[in-house]
Amino acid sequence: MINGEFLMTFEYAPAPESRASVSIKSKYGHYIGGKFVAGEKHFRTINPATEEVLSSIALGGKKEVDAAVKAAKKALDMNWSKLSGRERGKYLFRIARILQERAREFAVLESLDNGKPIRESRDVDVPLAAAHFFYHAGWADKLEFAGVGTNAKAHGVVGQIIPWNFPLLMLAWKVAPALATGNTVVLKPAETTPLTALLFAEVCEQAGLPAGVVNILTGDGSTGALIVNHPGINKIAFTGSTEVGKIIAQSVAGTNKSVTLELGGKAANIVFEDAAIDESVEGIVNGIFFNQGHVCCAGSRLVIQESISDEFIKKLQKRMEKIRIGDPLDKNTDLGAINSRAQLEKIKDLSLAGDAEGAERWSPKCALPDKGFWFAPTIFTGVTQTHRIAREEIFGPVLSVLTFRTPQEGIDKANNTPFGLSAGIWSEKGSKVLWASQKLKAGVIWSNTFNRFDPTSPFGGYKESGWGREGGRHGLTAYLKGVAHE
Amino acid sequence: MKQYGLIDGSESALQSFLNKLPGVDAVGADARAAMLATRSIKTTSKRWAIETAISMVDLTTLEGADTEDKVQALCAKAVRPDPTDLSVPSVGAVCVYNDMVAIARRHLDLIGGNHVPVAAVSTAFPSGRASMKVKIQDTKDAIAAGASEIDMVIDRGAFLSGRFIDVFNEIAEIKEICGEKAHLKVIFETGELVTYDNVRKASYLAMLAGADFIKTSTGKVSPAATPPVVLVMLEAVRDFYEMTGARIGVKPAGGIRNTKDAIKQLVLVNETAGPEWLKPSLFRIGASALLNDLLMQRMKMNDGYYASPQYVTID
Repeated sequence: MINGEFLMTFEYAPAPESRASVSIKSKYGHYIGGKFVAGEKHFRTINPATEEVLSSIALGGKKEVDAAVKAAKKALDMNWSKLSGRERGKYLFRIARILQERAREFAVLESLDNGKPIRESRDVDVPLAAAHFFYHAGWADKLEFAGVGTNAKAHGVVGQIIPWNFPLLMLAWKVAPALATGNTVVLKPAETTPLTALLFAEVCEQAGLPAGVVNILTGDGSTGALIVNHPGINKIAFTGSTEVGKIIAQSVAGTNKSVTLELGGKAANIVFEDAAIDESVEGIVNGIFFNQGHVCCAGSRLVIQESISDEFIKKLQKRMEKIRIGDPLDKNTDLGAINSRAQLEKIKDLSLAGDAEGAERWSPKCALPDKGFWFAPTIFTGVTQTHRIAREEIFGPVLSVLTFRTPQEGIDKANNTPFGLSAGIWSEKGSKVLWASQKLKAGVIWSNTFNRFDPTSPFGGYKESGWGREGGRHGLTAYLKGVAHE
Repeated sequence: MKQYGLIDGSESALQSFLNKLPGVDAVGADARAAMLATRSIKTTSKRWAIETAISMVDLTTLEGADTEDKVQALCAKAVRPDPTDLSVPSVGAVCVYNDMVAIARRHLDLIGGNHVPVAAVSTAFPSGRASMKVKIQDTKDAIAAGASEIDMVIDRGAFLSGRFIDVFNEIAEIKEICGEKAHLKVIFETGELVTYDNVRKASYLAMLAGADFIKTSTGKVSPAATPPVVLVMLEAVRDFYEMTGARIGVKPAGGIRNTKDAIKQLVLVNETAGPEWLKPSLFRIGASALLNDLLMQRMKMNDGYYASPQYVTID
């Protein structure tokens, strides 16, 4: 017997990542023109896993938005537009390296403010954010070779509004291509997750980025609306709900602002009877429970061939019993906290709608913490196309299971949605995968994998899932004008 | 002949059973194993894992240069891995070549290690290239000399050329010889089967033919017990239990050299087959160097600092 307490079973002892790498100020202002400017009104940002207040955040109003747009325009005219692509690229490389150097700090801060497991912020969010800067740094001096002709120019001042599900990563998706192509930026992080964007302001300082090239305004929807409607903004890039996306589209109609929108989704993960079952189960779990299901491209519908559905659901349930829920900073946590009370209420409401409409709800037995916002991993079986939980985006750890009899029926059900962001195909038969991928109406189609992201790959949606692409050459050209779009 | 009522023993039934198994997506299997390797096992759970891993080690010497003295030294270590701390459990078994079985058994009994079984590698280990007559005699010899566990190799040539029924019949015949006297572990040499699909097929084939344990490798071929290979085998025993109610053991062997590797294996077991498999009767680790690293990590947990290798015995 080893000294000390001895367990009888293999229970994983708590393995929390230290908070020591992070220092959070009690109050933050806006980052405008290379300086932190105190705000007037403030709101709180909390840790959704504990409801602990983390900091007080400035609420941007008209004055701040005017100042930020002015600073961005000044930086554009006086400095940024005069630099060669090669010089811009140097700044991007510098930012990428600093993100890597400060990776642990960013990962811990992201998990604190967002509620996502440290395993994901550490292994996905932060490395991918750095990768986006590295990738776009490489483009900065090669824009003439991007197949966009030699007349392509930066839009000017770009307004960017990002969501709370991947705060730093969505910032990187937006800021990196904007800077690489010679735009300057006014960025607003989400109301519930502003902290990593404010830390990113420090990175801009550290990289010696000229004042005003990146401006970060915190606030809520009203701040976002001020940015969208500001006459000094030349392009809007938005990631968020379809509802807000429609409002933005209406607001900019009749102006000459360019817009890209990355909106909601209700992705189908189609599992054919000839799939690699164990890996498909993993893929379904990853598809819907990654980041608590707070993923616009989440595989929130499992569309499964009837001939294997019973066996598959049994395996899926067994696998779900192994999901570890709890402290987001624990390195062994698989499922963290729901980002906000409002989001939790939305998930609860839609789940109750699922119950009421006759779908069968199942969750593994799991203890949820008393404080904070939590929702157990859940699947609904017996879901049909007419159920709300098959049509509306839940944006939480809730999977709707639908069945099909023939491959064509599977495709029809997968496409029968107003959204079209992503889809997954699970089959060991190559010809079937190719056939299905040609029939599916979605911007991103994964085959025998899910939720894989890479800066070289364009990402975006069909139908109500958005306009335009982010990432890759396609995403790059969205930040240039005078480009003949396909 | 065990078939659990799943097949009737004919070639066509076996072929059709194995061909109906779902494929393994290699990228997905690698990703799952890599994700489980990120589990952080600290403090009380690390203590538990080290202690449990020691009791699961099949302490092995399989060299042409093995001598009586070498095997006796190994036996002493198997019974009391740390002579300064008798609370350290004995290992799972001592694993030797056929001609060393009697020596090992006699010496274990002499030093109070009656509870430590002797495992003999068998059926023309490691290549399996001999006539069935020789393989049978090899096994009979080992059992007569006191082996209570037989680690047989499969005929990889037969497997790779699609003669599954030949492999099946060999395993079944050896199993019959083992009877109640010896547990049968079936070695696939996964480094020669190469694909995960083959590993899955071999797992079911061996289980249907009567294996008590399925084992990755001989230790003579690299790669050996990689985490995704063990993952696929653990999925097979888990699903086979669902089909038949029989729990078959798993033994990774080869390439597991330190405590971190061993803990990764235990995590794989815990989250794939489940905690029921976390005992020496259902999970073993074939290794030699591993034991010393486990002992050193155990000392570190007790004393708070790393000892020099001089404080653990070399064999």
